[in-house]
Amino acid sequence: MFGKLSLAAIPWDQPIPLITSAVIIVLLAAILALVTYKGWWSYLWREWLTSTDHKRIGVMYVLLALVMLIRGFSDAIMMRSQLAVAAGTAAGYLPPEHYNQIFSAHGTIMIFFVAMTFVIGLMNFAVPLQLGVRDVAFPVLNSVSFWLTAAGVLLVNVSLVIGEFARTGWLAYPPLSEIAYSPGVGVDYYLWSLQISGLGTLLAGINFTTTILKLRAPGMSYSRMPIFCWTALASNLLIVAAFPILTATFAMLLLDRYLGFHFFTNDAGGNPMMYINLIWAWGHPEVYILILPAFGVFSEVIATFSGKPLFGHRSMVIATMAICMLSFMVWLHHFFTMGAGANVNAFFGIMTMIIAVPTGVKVFNWLFTLYWGEVRFTSPVYWSLGFMVTFVIGGMTGVLLAIPPADFVLHNSLFLVAHFHNVIIGGVVFGAMAGYTYWFPKAFGFTLDERLGKASFWCWFIGFYLAFMPLYVLGLMGATRRMQHYSDTSWQPLMWVAFAGALVILTGMAFTVAQLVYSIKTRDRRRDRTGDPWNGRTLEWSTASPPPPWNFTVLPQVSGIDEFWSMKRAGKKATSGAAPQSPQPPPSIHVPRPSSLGFLTAFCAVIFGFASIWHIWWLAILGLVGAIAVTLKHSWQLNTEVQVSPQEVAEFETRHRAAP
Amino acid sequence: MSALAEEIPLAERGPAPTRTVVSFGFWLFLLSDIVIFSALFAAYAVLAQRTAGGPTGAQLFDLEHVFIETCCLLVSSFTCGLCVLAMERRAQTMIYVWAAVTFILGASFISLELSEFISMFSRGINPARSAFLSAFFALVGTHGIHVTAGLCWLAVMMAQIATLGLRPKVMQRLVCFSLFWHALDLVWIGVFTIVYLGART
Repeated sequence: MFGKLSLAAIPWDQPIPLITSAVIIVLLAAILALVTYKGWWSYLWREWLTSTDHKRIGVMYVLLALVMLIRGFSDAIMMRSQLAVAAGTAAGYLPPEHYNQIFSAHGTIMIFFVAMTFVIGLMNFAVPLQLGVRDVAFPVLNSVSFWLTAAGVLLVNVSLVIGEFARTGWLAYPPLSEIAYSPGVGVDYYLWSLQISGLGTLLAGINFTTTILKLRAPGMSYSRMPIFCWTALASNLLIVAAFPILTATFAMLLLDRYLGFHFFTNDAGGNPMMYINLIWAWGHPEVYILILPAFGVFSEVIATFSGKPLFGHRSMVIATMAICMLSFMVWLHHFFTMGAGANVNAFFGIMTMIIAVPTGVKVFNWLFTLYWGEVRFTSPVYWSLGFMVTFVIGGMTGVLLAIPPADFVLHNSLFLVAHFHNVIIGGVVFGAMAGYTYWFPKAFGFTLDERLGKASFWCWFIGFYLAFMPLYVLGLMGATRRMQHYSDTSWQPLMWVAFAGALVILTGMAFTVAQLVYSIKTRDRRRDRTGDPWNGRTLEWSTASPPPPWNFTVLPQVSGIDEFWSMKRAGKKATSGAAPQSPQPPPSIHVPRPSSLGFLTAFCAVIFGFASIWHIWWLAILGLVGAIAVTLKHSWQLNTEVQVSPQEVAEFETRHRAAP
Repeated sequence: MSALAEEIPLAERGPAPTRTVVSFGFWLFLLSDIVIFSALFAAYAVLAQRTAGGPTGAQLFDLEHVFIETCCLLVSSFTCGLCVLAMERRAQTMIYVWAAVTFILGASFISLELSEFISMFSRGINPARSAFLSAFFALVGTHGIHVTAGLCWLAVMMAQIATLGLRPKVMQRLVCFSLFWHALDLVWIGVFTIVYLGART
């Protein structure tokens, strides 16, 4: 009846996951009770959970990413504290089998549910506004994508209290992840949650590629497209090309585990190395899926706050697309030590170093944009400058690792751990925070507190160096990654420094939460009624903050790069349509109707995933049939759009234009 | 109008019409699906010789059987094209006729494939036997699941034409279906060449 599931699945003997999950359950119950008590359910359902508005979906993505950042970071702080104490004869407080789950969950959550989610959220919010259009190509599909991601998140978190998570590392290499060596449900949680959320990501990639290539304001040729849209295009092309490889690879591992196939097993002719190749054929492009949109954010932030057009727009586009192509030709550098031979290693080493060239072009473009600009040192600029320093260091250690002989020494050491945190924190996280601060006033109509934002930046910046510079040294001293205990006590002082760094980063995260709470409380005096708080350059700043559901009353006519900047120079006032001269009645505008399809499909996907993990086959079939049924029901729906009444548009326009 | 169209480059004409957007999005979906098959093909290529002492492809495959299968699928692609042509003429009866023919041919393909699988299973030849058989069943089976899903989709489309009529939304979907069906044909040509013909040499 319940497959492998029984009460024994709850880890009664392990206080840490038990207490954590109890706290989470109490918190969730409290939130649900509050929503019920205040009678917010119908508002939440109508305006958010079933929303097909790309701005709201973007906000929900970012919120999900921030929540998961806290979850992923608690794993990090546990690992750092364990390593601070577990030296010599001391065993620390985390048993090995628990520690293995922690580092696997940390990597999985941070990449798939923090970085990916954050980046897709920012693209969701900003891309249609920058393109000067009313929505993405497929608004309902957009909601489905978001909810499938949320379904994956839910499954990963359920593993905390029911069963266990994978102990295999964040990429679940076989043969360790095969049923023979990982007989528990941990790897199944990993696989099903990533299959479900991966499907959501693939659909988002298709949606955004179509949006950028087919839906742009009149006059916006490719050469006039804002750089963030270009980086989003590159990132989504990579999603469409790379995520199916992940789906296929995980499907093969699932077949191995569930039906006794022999793709990656040791026996019957299976080939574990094939998994390593396939997973990195997805995994390396994935790195660029994350970092390219962050590059886009920095480009927008630096141009805006320097009061200058981005230096070398065209070279930036070429560099972006070059990175996009090259990202598919370097995957083997993740396993130089696994016996491909000297010539193959040399090829992939050289290809890897070549990527530093377009990246270098980008860094110089940012520097030249700043040069002689009237730079306003706001917190997004702090994040950008912090990025430029940090990312260049991370890039250089990357080039070092690209030299195969050096990699043989440094492979799987803490040096590697320091390198990829150097580029992902310094690149993706700083970019996400810059984008969050930069576009927040557009989403909500008031700015975030600058002092707290800068405090958060300094904590992250200093905390990063404290936490990861020691890891470079420790790596050179021979400390390996995924290590739960070490006998050489001379490593311990540096481990304590790294732990202190993690605590400083924790303070930075606390400042971000404080910034959000404080800014909401004081929102009345930090309102931005112009829609353009930063003196922006691109079209998203030409409409109101927050923008109306239809974004632009009249689609803007674009005639160059930084269209909104030229409009302002030409003396036109900011309006949500960039066409104040029309006294005619506002045009008839259609917006997508809210749809419960995404929420319901994701609900069925959670049931299907959970049931498959625990081998409850009747329930799995039920979940699958449910998902198909709601999709079929949706396909018979004809009215997928609602017309906005002309009065509503007119009222909005009057209100917006009356603003100072 | 044509003078205007010449003046404004394609990229600057503003948002494309829904028809274009939907087809473009569906093409992207098909490409991503092809990438899934590419991964499975790659796995097959790596594992094709790894028979672990079990039967090889040359011993297993009955080319005559597969040839009939292939013919069914290729002809069904042709009749699917006729179905879309009928749709463009708004000849509702002919749509049903050609859709029915397509469905029968597709279903024959699936039954032939199933009979091949069942006869193998009854002789103890299953995916757990060797890595080669794992890759074979996964690749051919994934294609088979796609064809089955396509058959369900075709049935749903007929129900939609019957209940909703030939409105733009429904016709758009039928066009997407035909793209999907042709793409499956392309994949099958790969399967036929690499898996079945490849096993003879």
